[in-house]
Amino acid sequence: MAGSPLDDYIAAAARALDLPVEPDWLPAVKANLEVTLRLATVVADFELPDTTEPAPVYKV
Amino acid sequence: MADDFSWSSSSDIAKAVASGKTSALNVVDDAFARIEERNPALNAFTAITVERARARAKAIDAAPNKSKLPLAGVPFAVKNLFDIEGIATVAGSKINRTHPPAKKDSPLIARLEAAGAVLVGALNMGEYAYDFTGENVHDGPSRNPHDFTRMSGGSSGGSGTAVGGGMVPLALGSDTNGSIRVPSSLCGIFGIKPTYGRLTRASSFPFVASLDHLGPFARCTRDLALSYDAMQGPDPGDAACVDRGIELTFPQLQKGIDGLRIVTAGGYFREGGAREAHDALDLVAKALGARTEIEIPEAHRARAAAYVITTTEGAALHLDRLRNQATEFDPAVRDRLLAGAMVPSTLVVKAQIFRRWYRDRVVELFKNCDAILAPATPVTAPKLGQVTFMLGGVELPVRANMGIYTQPISFIGLPVVAVPVPLKPLPIGVQIITAPWREDIGLRIAYALEKMGVCVAPKPNL
Repeated sequence: MAGSPLDDYIAAAARALDLPVEPDWLPAVKANLEVTLRLATVVADFELPDTTEPAPVYKV
Repeated sequence: MADDFSWSSSSDIAKAVASGKTSALNVVDDAFARIEERNPALNAFTAITVERARARAKAIDAAPNKSKLPLAGVPFAVKNLFDIEGIATVAGSKINRTHPPAKKDSPLIARLEAAGAVLVGALNMGEYAYDFTGENVHDGPSRNPHDFTRMSGGSSGGSGTAVGGGMVPLALGSDTNGSIRVPSSLCGIFGIKPTYGRLTRASSFPFVASLDHLGPFARCTRDLALSYDAMQGPDPGDAACVDRGIELTFPQLQKGIDGLRIVTAGGYFREGGAREAHDALDLVAKALGARTEIEIPEAHRARAAAYVITTTEGAALHLDRLRNQATEFDPAVRDRLLAGAMVPSTLVVKAQIFRRWYRDRVVELFKNCDAILAPATPVTAPKLGQVTFMLGGVELPVRANMGIYTQPISFIGLPVVAVPVPLKPLPIGVQIITAPWREDIGLRIAYALEKMGVCVAPKPNL
């Protein structure tokens, strides 16, 4: 059965990262990834100047 | 008959112990009796430390300086992600049970004990803190003291249950996206999530290093301030802990709120929640005369960015365990972390870039106000096992969405005091959000609300 692009991505990422994703875990992993990618797009779509510094080590 | 300290405040206990009216040992034994009586139904504790606590209590009773100890004889417990000497730090997991016992206490435990408090045990939590429900597949759920069929909130669920259920007057928890404020709201108690970097996180099991905070729960503001003050101070053991002097809040509680500019958060924070969440906010705003509503810009994106950073940093932390012990996780946690491991890094960096921008915009708001009020949770305690709820006409997962109002705030490390509004039949919390390092203002406002009778921890019928 041909998978969706996201199914293919999950399979490839699992192989690349050496992560076990059992077939019965796949629907939940996919659902979670869909939500995260949707939310990440909400953030990435917000235009900011190239000079905006990231905050990987956050300091107040 | 032994005294009943089940609803006593820490400050009252400390006064009674200091004056010799009671002994620390008496108080601690009473706490253990209460835990024995109530914990089978409430399931807040995963370990108790009887021998150690009784020895500590006896030492306090014999101490010549006990009148100088602000928390003399006060029993407290900690979320089981804090290191306790001699006990494995399980962090709500099955996997960590094979870890060796911790060699020393976390510094926050040590600091509370230096102030006279007595550790009585470790508390239930959602696995690896990736949770807003207080449910745990390995230990069972910590239950809401106001209705045992309902959630305590997570991930510091046991902390909410233990304090709200009258087993201890004080508990510690962690808050990455809302895990102090959500259980405070659902269990009807006070909690403070201090500024990011204020309290050391050394010797605690992490979740998301760039978002993790630790803080206390209590049934009144005075106890929150007393314990928070006792835990302040720099610590080279935590890279994020700032080198900043202790700024005591307890002596400032009496200052009141005159002159403080208090506003409410509109827009995103007025959308989606149930009527109770907004009724509680309106009650608090009215009592404080907070008539101005402001907009926290792009709060929905802040929540989204916090979600992305959480799932990816959490996945990085657990990557080896996901590879080698995946079947030992709570499946709900595992599947979220597996997905998090697969998120492209470009999107994570985008979230961190947004974080900087958002932080600057929100901090600017504090030029024109001293505190911002917002709901703590969108609903009162859901039923245990409830998977979804309706928010704004949309059915959404409980587990991921209890933090919609807390995530945009902890995302940039702002201090928040969560205060309980004793609505019937279930309480719900309100967030008092202040500028970085101004925990004092949040606590002053909380204390004023308590004195007005608007925010009190309702005593459950146990």
